[in-house]
This record gives sequence, structure tokens and C-alpha cells, in this order.
Amino acid sequence: MTVPATLDIRPSSLSPDAAALLGRLVLIVLIAGALTAVDPGFASVSNLLNMLRQASLLFLVASGLTLVIIGGGLDLSVGANLTLSACLAAAAIKTTGNPWYGVAVAIGAGTLIGFANGLMINRLRLPPFLATFGMLWVAQGIAYWFMAGQTIYGMPMSFRYFGTGFFLGVPLPIWITLVVCLACSTLLHRTTFGREAYFMGANQTAALLSGVPVERRRLLLYVLSGLTAGIAALVYLARLNAAEPGIGEPLLLPAIAAVLVGGTSLFGGSGNIVGTVLGAILLTIIVNGLNLLNVAATWHPFVNGAVVLIAILADLALSRRRPGSS
Amino acid sequence: MSASVPLQRKSGIAQLLGAIPGAGLLLILMLALFTLVNPRFVSQTNLVNVGLQTSLLLMIALPMTLIILTEGLDLSAGALLGLSGVIVAEALLAGWGVFAACAAAFAVSAVFGALNGILIAYLALPAFVVTLGTMGLMQGIALVLTNGDPVGGFTPAIETFYRSQLWFVPLPIVIAVALYAALWLLLYRTRLGNYVIAIGGNKDALRLAGIRANLVHLAVYVLGSAIIGLSAVLLIGRTNSAHPTVGIGMEFEAIAAVVLGGTSFEKGQGWLFGAVLGALAITVLRNGLNILSIDSSLQVVCIGLLLILALLIDQARKQFVRRAA
Repeated sequence: MTVPATLDIRPSSLSPDAAALLGRLVLIVLIAGALTAVDPGFASVSNLLNMLRQASLLFLVASGLTLVIIGGGLDLSVGANLTLSACLAAAAIKTTGNPWYGVAVAIGAGTLIGFANGLMINRLRLPPFLATFGMLWVAQGIAYWFMAGQTIYGMPMSFRYFGTGFFLGVPLPIWITLVVCLACSTLLHRTTFGREAYFMGANQTAALLSGVPVERRRLLLYVLSGLTAGIAALVYLARLNAAEPGIGEPLLLPAIAAVLVGGTSLFGGSGNIVGTVLGAILLTIIVNGLNLLNVAATWHPFVNGAVVLIAILADLALSRRRPGSS
Repeated sequence: MSASVPLQRKSGIAQLLGAIPGAGLLLILMLALFTLVNPRFVSQTNLVNVGLQTSLLLMIALPMTLIILTEGLDLSAGALLGLSGVIVAEALLAGWGVFAACAAAFAVSAVFGALNGILIAYLALPAFVVTLGTMGLMQGIALVLTNGDPVGGFTPAIETFYRSQLWFVPLPIVIAVALYAALWLLLYRTRLGNYVIAIGGNKDALRLAGIRANLVHLAVYVLGSAIIGLSAVLLIGRTNSAHPTVGIGMEFEAIAAVVLGGTSFEKGQGWLFGAVLGALAITVLRNGLNILSIDSSLQVVCIGLLLILALLIDQARKQFVRRAA
């Protein structure tokens, strides 16, 4: 067996995707190191677990969004979906006293909203950002009307376990994140549906001409995005122990930022779910660090906006450098 | 307004159906319905009220039409409205003159418009994410400037301006009509207007024709943001206070108005008057629901349903016209 003299195993041993993930991991460690230098309390196990729990809430909202964006779409309604699902679930739990009704209501409402998004995009031929932007306001309007200025609080302990409980010393939301991440990853990389999603995102016309049932796949992507928003609503409700119509709206920008920072291209066709996990952790660390540095919470929208802009600029710079992409 | 509806030789009824957009039909229906339910709807005070609300919405929807004609979108319009109002109020409180305060708001709005425009026109980034990001920036700055509280107690000159009349017509309505006329002239009677429509149609072709398409594209965002920023003066005049998040949601109503009016997100297909129709339809709907004392958060849901209904009507109409041809 002859080995070429110029063989260099370093770059080829690491796929571009893996390299990008590694880069983000290094970034997270660097920021975490800097924050530990400022305040040693940052690196305590309880603070780290607390931050991971916060990040897992953000990830759950962003996970379905990642699938939709990979498939060439967009879902601006995830935050409002979470709001409405959480409010309805809270009311269901409060009136029946049975947490499982709440679970069914949140998952049902979330999925239904996703289904409606998909229908609007498929049947009315609306651009995804317009249909889901309209859904944002419709879902939020229903939530405000339904709650009528009230806050529903005081969930049963058995339900709050989803948000505050520990299993093997690790908070339950982190376990839920692991399960959702594994499910999304399997879906994306081990099923025909996943490959078709990438295909659709990269070139929808080509996918259609190759016999991919684009409309059905798209509908399923939006349903999944609604489903994860419903799951996120449950974890959120269990963690906050209260539901009011303002909870989901501030999550939209961070969720989109997490997806983009995680390396999923807004133009569709590339990205992965592990990136979104890292993106969510990165964003949570940034917010946590701002709190550590005593920056007022009124700055958060500004920071989230800036992160979104920086992420799309970075995405643009990277995709121009990558050979073979437009 | 030849850009609006493609002219086709059709039977009479098909031609008629092809000429009235869904928003127009719904508007007529709603007017009739609300008048039947409550005759107070057509009282002079209420109609003036509808006019005032429509003119405020139009101040956002008209520039939004230009932006959507370039296959773009501005989700930051509502946040800019809030920020610009806060800047005017804070500047007035700091002892600035009215014109200086408006100039400051104008300048900040134009700068944010330029930021949107550069990212969208020159870097070809998708408008909805760029403006979502700048929305965060603007909202954040407005919140930081005010600590999240409303700003009041500035000179009543702004409110007097909002309440003044020109030949018995409230000034905001006059301003909206003047803005419509100016943008109509710009869009349909100047070369620049042709370029704006051409950017949505085929930007590459425009560039190959030797036009500085990116510059025109940028100008649309700067102009749009400047108009939206200035209209914040009317908004804070109405309540005599500036609230950092007062404009949030206005971008949805403005975009809904434009889409209701039959302007498409593709290929620069649309017309300026559609924004007027759409804004009227939304305001009439809100006003009628108010008279029926329906909760304002449900009104947003109704706007969404109205939008879907109008799109369904337009789709059915297109199919009908095609079949009649």
C-alpha cells in the first residue's frame, strides 16, 4: 500500500460540521472562563446546572425551529405558540387538577398551531415569514383574550417536577433536551424525511422535480415545530409555576439567534440540531454574564438583536468562503 | 395604476371581479354590516375617528408598500415608531426645540433605515431576519432610554399639532393624503419609481441595465424608515405621551394592510392604493368591533382572519377569472 507523500490527515479527519461545532464549544469555554475570572461563583456546579436548565428551555423552543429552517422555511410563531399552549395548559390543569390534561392540551394546541402554519403556507401560498408572523399575533391575541388580564399560578407538585425536578442529580429539563435533541438528530440524519428536509432547504425546485412530496414534508416540519413549542410550553409552565400572556414573546429573538449561532443557515439546507444546543447554551451564558456584570435587563432585546445580526453576518461570511456554495 | 391588475379581455363579470381586490369587497361588506348593526357607525364623529386611525396606519403602510414592492419587508417599523417617539419626547424634555427634536428622530430613523438597507441591499441578506434583528436593537434602545416607562410632560405643541385642522379636515388626514400623493408621484411618475418596482421584478436585470440598483434599494429603506420615524410625532401627539413599546404590533397591521390591498411579496407586483384599501378595511374592522365592544386582543385575531379571508377571495377570484377567460 503506497501512501502519497503529501497526505495530510488533519483537515480531512474533521468534517466541516464537526469543526464548526468544535469552534462553538471553544467559544463557550472561553466566555465561561472569562466570566469565571470575573466571578468565581459562575463556575459553581449549581450555577452551571441552573444555566443549562435555562438553556434547555431556550433549546426546546429553538429545536423545531431548526428543523423548519433546515427545510427552507421559517417559524416566527414559536414564542406566541408557547404562550398560548402554556396558558391553555395552565387553565386545563387548574380546572381539572389532572396534569395529564395539561400535557394533552399543550401538545395538542402547539401541534394545531404548527399545522395551521403549514396549511397557510401550502394552500394560500403565503411566504413562511408572513404566515407565521400573522400566526404570532393571532395566537398572542387569543392568549391575551383567554387570560383576560389574569395570571394562572400554583401548579400541582407532580407537574412542577417536569421543570424543577432532578433525575440522577441532573435537572429534568436537561433530560428532556437530551431526548428531543436525540429525536431530532435521528430524524434529520437517519431517516428519509430528514434527508428530504435538507434537500428541500437546499433546492426546493430540485426536490420537487425529484419526487419529494414537498408540501407534505413541509406540513410535517411545521407540525414538529408546533409540537416542540408545545413541549417547551409544558417545561416553561412547570418551571415558572405560572402562566400569563407575556411569557413567550421575548423568546422569539433568542430562539432565532440560537439557531443561527448554532450554524444552521437561514437559507436552508444546512445545519444541525447539536449546533442549536450549543447556540442556546452560548446565548444563555451571554445573558447570564450580562447579569453578572450588572447590566440592566432592559438591554436584553438590544443584545438579542445584535446577536441575530452578528450571526447572519457570520453565516454570510462563512458561506461565501465555503467552496461550492452560492 | 396600470401596475395593479393585469389587463385581460374578459367577459364583463369576470373583468369586474378581477378589478376589485378581496379587501375592497370585504370593506363594502363590513361597512354595510356595521351600519346595520349600529347606525352610530356612520355618525360624523365616528367617521372622522376612522379617518384619523386610518391616516396613522397609512403613515406606516405606505412606506411599507414601497419596501414590499422590492420583495422586502420591515418588521422593525413598529419598534422604530416607539424609539422615534421616545427620542422626540426626550429631546423636548431636554429643552430642544420642536424642529430640532423632530430632526433628531428623523436622523436616527434614517440611520436605522440605512442599516437595514445596507444589510438587505448590499449584502443580500433576507429582509425578515435583518429587520427582526434591528427590531431588537431599536426596542432595546427605546427601553434603555426610558427604563420601560412612558415619557410625558413635554410641550403640548405636539398634541395641538395633532388636533389642528386644515379647512375643517384634521391635519393627520391631510398629511396622510399628502404622503399618498407624494409617494404616488414618486412611484408612478418618476424614473426612480420604475426602478423601485424593477428591483422587485428583477434586480439583476436592473443592475445589468447600468442602474445602481443597490443604491435605489438602500434608498427605499432609508426613505421608508424616515417617514415611519416622522409619523411617530403624530402617534405621541395623539396621547401626549411617548411609550417605548407603543408601536409594537403596528408593523403587523401595516403589513396586513399592504397584503390585504393585493400587493404581493413577489416580483414587485402591487399597487400603492391597495395600502389605502387595506388600511381602511383594518380600521373599519377594528372600529366596528369596538362598537360591538369586542376585546382589543381578539380584534388582532379578527385582522388575521380578515387577511386569510381576503387571500382566499383573491385566490378564488384568480381561478374564476382564469376559467372565464
